[in-house]
Amino acid sequence: MSKPKHKKIFGLMAEYDTAKAIFKACEKVRDAGYEKWDSYTPFPVHNLDKAMGLKPSILGVIVFCCGMTGAASAMLLQWWTSTVDYPVIIAAKPYFSYQAFIPVTFELGILLSAFGAVFGMLGLNKLPQWYHSLFNSERFSRVTDDRFFICIETNDPKFDFERTRKLLEGTGAVHIEEIED
Amino acid sequence: MGSHGAIEPSKDQIWLKEGSLWRKLPLIGGVLGLAGLAGAFSQMGADKQHFWYSYLTALAVFLCFALGGLFFTIIQHVTRAGWSIVVRRLAENAMITLPVLCVLALPVVFMGSHELYEWTHAEVVANDPMLSAKKGYLDEGFWTIRMIAYFVIWSFLAIRFYSLSTSQDDAAPDAAISKAHSMRWLSAPAVLLFALSMTFFAFDAMMSLDPHWFSTMFGVYYFVGIAVSAHAFLALVSALLRRSGYLNGVVTAEHDHDLGKMMFGFTVFYSYIAFSQYFLIWYANIPEETRWFAYRIEGDFLYLTALLAIGRFPLPFFYLLPRAIKRSSGALILMASWILIMEVIDMFWVVQPVLAHHHAKESGAAMAIHVGAVDFLCLLGVGGIFLAAFGWALGRKAMIPVKDPRIAESLAHENF
Repeated sequence: MSKPKHKKIFGLMAEYDTAKAIFKACEKVRDAGYEKWDSYTPFPVHNLDKAMGLKPSILGVIVFCCGMTGAASAMLLQWWTSTVDYPVIIAAKPYFSYQAFIPVTFELGILLSAFGAVFGMLGLNKLPQWYHSLFNSERFSRVTDDRFFICIETNDPKFDFERTRKLLEGTGAVHIEEIED
Repeated sequence: MGSHGAIEPSKDQIWLKEGSLWRKLPLIGGVLGLAGLAGAFSQMGADKQHFWYSYLTALAVFLCFALGGLFFTIIQHVTRAGWSIVVRRLAENAMITLPVLCVLALPVVFMGSHELYEWTHAEVVANDPMLSAKKGYLDEGFWTIRMIAYFVIWSFLAIRFYSLSTSQDDAAPDAAISKAHSMRWLSAPAVLLFALSMTFFAFDAMMSLDPHWFSTMFGVYYFVGIAVSAHAFLALVSALLRRSGYLNGVVTAEHDHDLGKMMFGFTVFYSYIAFSQYFLIWYANIPEETRWFAYRIEGDFLYLTALLAIGRFPLPFFYLLPRAIKRSSGALILMASWILIMEVIDMFWVVQPVLAHHHAKESGAAMAIHVGAVDFLCLLGVGGIFLAAFGWALGRKAMIPVKDPRIAESLAHENF
């Protein structure tokens, strides 16, 4: 199979053989000021987010807004249907019996919070994704087994083939390779 | 995760210094407590009923804080929790006030019952078919035995857990481990004993103030106050101790975070069960059940009910929601104090409207809140004694269980 001559490069991928090595490496890449890069590990490495300098996720804010929207719309819906659109006296109670509306308000708040959490998480992770350049690498398949990877992407403003490769070499990587886009 | 070679806290961080204000707590609390009690009892002649209702309110509040210490201790042992060990001794110190508070509760049983509970009057019961039907349970002799049983159970559990934990401090490593096992073994039956005694205490001491009314949720209602106050109390005391230079590097933002989460969780639990209790009664609309709420939203008490509804749920809920708040001891001091104040108001709301309702029925006037000197004196009296006992325990031993086999895990605790 012939490859096109000017292949587009997605990024530089460095491979590590221990969690400790990738932890130290992430700190170095973070301190070098890169932004568009990620680490890939077979299991969660505690505090790796701090080593990478990741900011806390905004997922909580999304969930909160969704939950409040759900609660408010449930209350509005019940208020409108039972006092404006189709008022019916039930058990000699006022039309706007907010007590009776609380369970639905609560449930819809929870429902939209859950939607916000699931779909917000998928959105922030850019999932589902049909294709990812990293799967072009044969070695990357070991990410689900016993190897740890860092990939710095070419669209990072600081990316430079020479300097980025040097930086990764200095982090104790056991292997470095260019990833086709 | 595992402990990364935890540093043993220095002695001046976990022992109260000689002559510090915390060391004077037994004296200050004792003087305030005795003065308060003396003042309150001297007011008894003016309005006997008002005195006993105020006394029961104060007792319910501080029993709640002390039972909170017991609940926290038991639940950490039964779940074998690691994070909480650095604040467990503070809970144990609150718990060991139980025997003292139980002694303070004896006057209610032996002196105040006729002023507090209308079902103790034979002629009232005889003329009331509902109360006659409940005579088997609401019987003065049986009630007295039950109350004494609760006090014995609480005192036994408090003393047993406290002495096992404090004697562990000076024990050899092997003995320390076997004491940890004893506490864990005891914690499982203690859960049952605590749940039953606390629930029936709430029924007997507070729900039976209005003997026609009943709610199976009432025990849980008292419990949720205990649970939320326990975490608020620990957050408050540990934060104040850090402000005066103790427990630094021992109780950290990580522990604050967890205490904050528990306060938040039990706040939600409160609104869940408090609303459920109200909701079912409101929906069914049976006079026998609705009256309890009906006179709590009459007259002045409507404002108190509204304050409780807002101050117990939306306010702490939205305040405690952000992660940054739960990790700031200053922000937690504010909310923990608020939660403890709300517990006082909650117990006032549970106990006092019954008396106001009696007065309103007799005079035909609207329901009115009467807060007199006796209310403050009772809170000061019982609260002072509580603080004195807590302060005594605080100075007696190290502020953390130093020989707990897993103290290192707690010191190195981190939220991920």
